[in-house]
Amino acid sequence: MRPVVRFLSDTLIKQIITEARDILCKLGVEIHNKNILSLLHDYGAHVDRGGERVLLTDTIIDKALETVPRSFKLYDVHSNETHDFSNYNVYFTPGSAALNILDYATKKIRKPQTADYIKYAKITSQLNNIASQSTAFIPADVHEKISDSYRLYLSLIYCAKPVVTGAFTIEAFTIMRDLQLAIRGTEEELATKPLTIFSCCPTSPLKWSDVTSQNLIDCARYAIPVEFISMPLSGFMAPVTLVGTLVQHTAETLSGIVISQLTHPGTPVLYGGSPAVFDVRYETTPMGDAATQMIDCAYNEIGKHLGVPTQAYISLSDSKQLDAQAGLESSMGATLAALSGINNISGPGMLDFESCQSLEKLVLDNEICGMVLRLVKGIEPKEDFPALPRFEELVREKHLLISTHTQKYLREELYLPGPVIDRANRTRWHEEGGLTLLERAHREVEKLLQNYVPSRLSESVKKELTKLMTKEARKYGMEHLSSVNS
Amino acid sequence: MDVLTEISLYLQRGNEEKVSAFTRQAIEKKCAPKDILNNGLIHGMNIIGEKYKIHEIFLPDVLLAAKAMYAGMDILKPLFIKGKIPTMGKVVIGSVQGDLHDIGKNLVGIMLRGAGFEIIDLGNNVAPEKFVETARQENATVIGMSALLTTTMPVMKKVVDLLKEKSLNNSIRTIVGGASVSEEFAREIDADAYGYDSIKAVECIKKLVHQR
Repeated sequence: MRPVVRFLSDTLIKQIITEARDILCKLGVEIHNKNILSLLHDYGAHVDRGGERVLLTDTIIDKALETVPRSFKLYDVHSNETHDFSNYNVYFTPGSAALNILDYATKKIRKPQTADYIKYAKITSQLNNIASQSTAFIPADVHEKISDSYRLYLSLIYCAKPVVTGAFTIEAFTIMRDLQLAIRGTEEELATKPLTIFSCCPTSPLKWSDVTSQNLIDCARYAIPVEFISMPLSGFMAPVTLVGTLVQHTAETLSGIVISQLTHPGTPVLYGGSPAVFDVRYETTPMGDAATQMIDCAYNEIGKHLGVPTQAYISLSDSKQLDAQAGLESSMGATLAALSGINNISGPGMLDFESCQSLEKLVLDNEICGMVLRLVKGIEPKEDFPALPRFEELVREKHLLISTHTQKYLREELYLPGPVIDRANRTRWHEEGGLTLLERAHREVEKLLQNYVPSRLSESVKKELTKLMTKEARKYGMEHLSSVNS
Repeated sequence: MDVLTEISLYLQRGNEEKVSAFTRQAIEKKCAPKDILNNGLIHGMNIIGEKYKIHEIFLPDVLLAAKAMYAGMDILKPLFIKGKIPTMGKVVIGSVQGDLHDIGKNLVGIMLRGAGFEIIDLGNNVAPEKFVETARQENATVIGMSALLTTTMPVMKKVVDLLKEKSLNNSIRTIVGGASVSEEFAREIDADAYGYDSIKAVECIKKLVHQR
């Protein structure tokens, strides 16, 4: 039996959805994009005189919910299937779009460079429990106008896994689409085998900016999956109660589904988010808070009720160092998320709310993910009945270490973490240097960088990617890309 | 591939049948029994030990390899003088008096055999006098004691004290291990070594034998 955690009753889910629909139909949503407003108007929505607030109708919402896919798959750069977003399948992806990186040598938080990003992609390519890469941070040594596409370019060159990403401007979508087309070959192939997910974030309360809504339409046009990242803040930009916050999250996400499905019915989406409670002492948005994580798990239940695969920024920490708080918050989030069946769990590697990546934390979080993935497999009998013969064997042999049953199920039944997790006898731990968690994690980072094997992406495709990216960089006065050696 | 390399490789894979077959083939090819032992069987076990240490393989893999090694040794035995395989040394092992837990001690025994030692396994619930007397009679180099219970640990000290009393502590060295035992405890009771796991125990015993 797969263990499942639930926070909402079916009755409460239905009531939250009803209230959210009521808000969308009576208070409406603000959309700063004329094309979308015009489209919604054509479908019978009322657009107010100011021209930005639109009142949806139940018919429009129902129509969108009819076509939104119940599941979809992702494929790596070699077109191998890596994700099946359906039911209670769960996958981890690193936290994305950090502005900073925690530097191991100085222990200081600083702006990341291209070299950091390459290291990140090389490491992520080898982390078995993290199924995709995200454009995890923003290299500060390139022009800001290409900081989104450049991350995607580096990711595609250095790591075969599919990418969770996003565009910062309307213009950037074109190059980010072209990079994907260079890999897949044709628009049809890209539509059939999605390579990326784009994050599209409404602004709380109930607003869609021109950039985000246009990105949403552009992705839909090419069947590129999107994840809606609604971010209500309980007690600040949303009601203080968790139910009130969930009503707002539902309304914002439903409006995203309406935009995507009316533009291109059948566009794959993730019912996602990054809500948080608002810390009224520090004016911050704690991602490691229990209530924040409960909101994530609960909106996932609402998404599941609507039949849409889900996503959340949940397995991450507010701490500024790789310390006990980082472990506590990340593992609690990862555990709850997986038990709730959040399909795409974002967060590994992330510190300082959502603003700092750490390579050392990423390799630690990979172990947390491994343990959690074992946890959700649950407890199932594996040739355990009848039990008597096995116990006869145990009494006869005095141990079962080399029993056929042990040999068959050892690796499947038990998850053995890597060397970042210390399970050595104390004397052995001392003998091997008495390393702290941070030191062990750094040693693993160094080992993975040494063991890196480039992806099998053909040289001609890599050259095409570089040509496209260089052309884009030149538009902003960068004659050459920062030093990149694959 | 050289027949001794085949023995070593199949031993590492825990393949009893192949190890037996290639051991026979090596004998037919007139390889010296000592070569088969050292460059085939023990060579394979040494590699297994190293791989286990760095977590490339796990304990069941080591035990399967050891089982394959015994299969080869059984075939070799009659070829040595008086049917006795030359050993790295003789070790008396047992779980101390009051302790019925013997899986850890058994593991150490398997690893020691794999490394080429001769083992006299006294089983569990072994009295201090029995350890010392057996070691003296058998001319053993090392006594290995295991305890899981904190309540039985003092027996280890009795063995060490008894050896001192009989002035045997220079010729018979002691090593302790088991879940409740620590390096500090080993020092406190004046044992010569502490093995935190079976592979470490073999490493320590090799050193103790060498020191003697």
